Amino acid sequence: MSKFEFPKSIASRPVWGTLEVRSGEHHLMIAEAEGAEAVIDIATPDLMAKTHLIYIPKGTDFSERLQALNPAQFYEGPSYAAALHRIRRVLEDAHMGLQVYLTGTEGMMGQAMNEVMAVGLPHTAVQTEHRGSVARRMQCVHCKGVTEDVDVDPFVCAHCGLNLFVRDHYSRRLAAYQGVRVDAEDHGNVPEPKGIYE
Amino acid sequence: MTIQFNDESFRDDYTFHNSEWAIKRFPFPFHEDSYMYSVNMEQHRGGPKGSVYEMRFDVDEHYVSEMKDRAIVLDQDPLRCQSLPHMTLAGWDLLELIMVSKSEDYPDLFELHRNGNQWRWVNKPLGIDHSFTFMDETTLPYGPMEYITRQAQGDFAVLDQRDEMLWMDAGMVTTQADWSLDFDIGMNFFEWHAPVPKAHEMGIFKRALKFLLNIQQGAPARRLNWTMTVNPLLDTSPENYHKWGIQKTTLTSENIAHKQHLRVELQTFFRLPRSNALVFPIRCYLCSFQDLMTVPKWGRRLHRVVRDLPVELATYKGFIDNRPMMLDYLSQFDDGLPTSPGIWPDLETEPPLSK
Repeated sequence: MSKFEFPKSIASRPVWGTLEVRSGEHHLMIAEAEGAEAVIDIATPDLMAKTHLIYIPKGTDFSERLQALNPAQFYEGPSYAAALHRIRRVLEDAHMGLQVYLTGTEGMMGQAMNEVMAVGLPHTAVQTEHRGSVARRMQCVHCKGVTEDVDVDPFVCAHCGLNLFVRDHYSRRLAAYQGVRVDAEDHGNVPEPKGIYE
Repeated sequence: MTIQFNDESFRDDYTFHNSEWAIKRFPFPFHEDSYMYSVNMEQHRGGPKGSVYEMRFDVDEHYVSEMKDRAIVLDQDPLRCQSLPHMTLAGWDLLELIMVSKSEDYPDLFELHRNGNQWRWVNKPLGIDHSFTFMDETTLPYGPMEYITRQAQGDFAVLDQRDEMLWMDAGMVTTQADWSLDFDIGMNFFEWHAPVPKAHEMGIFKRALKFLLNIQQGAPARRLNWTMTVNPLLDTSPENYHKWGIQKTTLTSENIAHKQHLRVELQTFFRLPRSNALVFPIRCYLCSFQDLMTVPKWGRRLHRVVRDLPVELATYKGFIDNRPMMLDYLSQFDDGLPTSPGIWPDLETEPPLSK
């Protein structure tokens, strides 16, 4: 099952929705990994005929099933970073009324949301649905480096190497949660890492 | 009154100290013998002569050294001062507010000469005499917010107001109680307060927001907030927490009297005229336990407040581990006598310690 019920949290933590079909002449869908299933769940021939679908497999294999939906345009990118240039190009051409669907991990949705906002589309034109990994995109508050796909707490910052604990405090601008040194008051005393939601 | 500015440090050798004058005017934050969150806003329209409430922007003996400390922080981490592109006008508003207020409130220290948009600003304590064109950024060495807040004590959050909400869209934050401007910039009022325990459930932030949205020009408001800091460290930022966090463990029963500080924020709120933004100066005052204990009323009260504070709040404020040691020390100054209401020291009327 790719759906996960996030526990209730603080006010800065994003709340993700459930995709539904919206009317409109143009649709952009970005599906990362199991997010493909959310697209398959709502796809209709009429909707897909007006949809530019971007799929980032991240180890999954939904390519054939997605192409079988006959989207107006289909692109498979090996990573979000690789797909980003295309995403920006598509958004540059976007007209008011474009409907955007983001589905996959929190990190991808948060970053793609910022791209959509940067071109001035209203947030009401964007829908999200979390699917797949519950790993987080984390920013180290000390060195500012971002570590992708963090699924344990505490974790090691990929940039400065400090052991960081995973906060629920989230910045939409950075599309990241905050990581803070876990042993700041007792150097070397680092708890055994466990899953973020364990 | 002429202020004697201290030559002191807020890091490394920590030579920070309060004169007797500074202790007596310290904004002790507890108006009764217990503490719980409240909106506790009042009009910021002066106060008792010599108190930190008297002037719009209080200047005290720490001014010059605090500004040196700010410059050090900014050299090490320029991200402590940020302004989103739409906030430049609010920066000019703030520059005007501080220059006008300081030159009127402290004419012996600051001068502002205006001839249309040609302004001359004289800051005697910092040795600045600078002519510039108001609203022309090219005539200042920094953006307007950064320029003036390098010359004003306390942190500054500049909040944009739109959609019946306040947004943290600019700020100068180098003396903060453990929150990151770089992380929080762009957040709305509820988001940047999200990590505060309990207060959301109590409806504190909803009421505070309603109050703040309605602040009018010329009618600023204020409140006090507080926490605890080991050593007189101004820069208790999350950015540097991996370095300063360990200092909390250096507290002993021998050094607690001079090492443990009560950290008080005088928070004020001013509406800005052109941008309709709200500026939120957060001025930090530090006082060691031993200096606080020279006021008998504060000694009695601080012991009771720290003793009875809910665990959740002591944890959030970061002193739960040190609380037993703090109570051992503070209990010596609590003889059980009642205390007078209000925050003032009441030295003439409150009895000396009878213990």
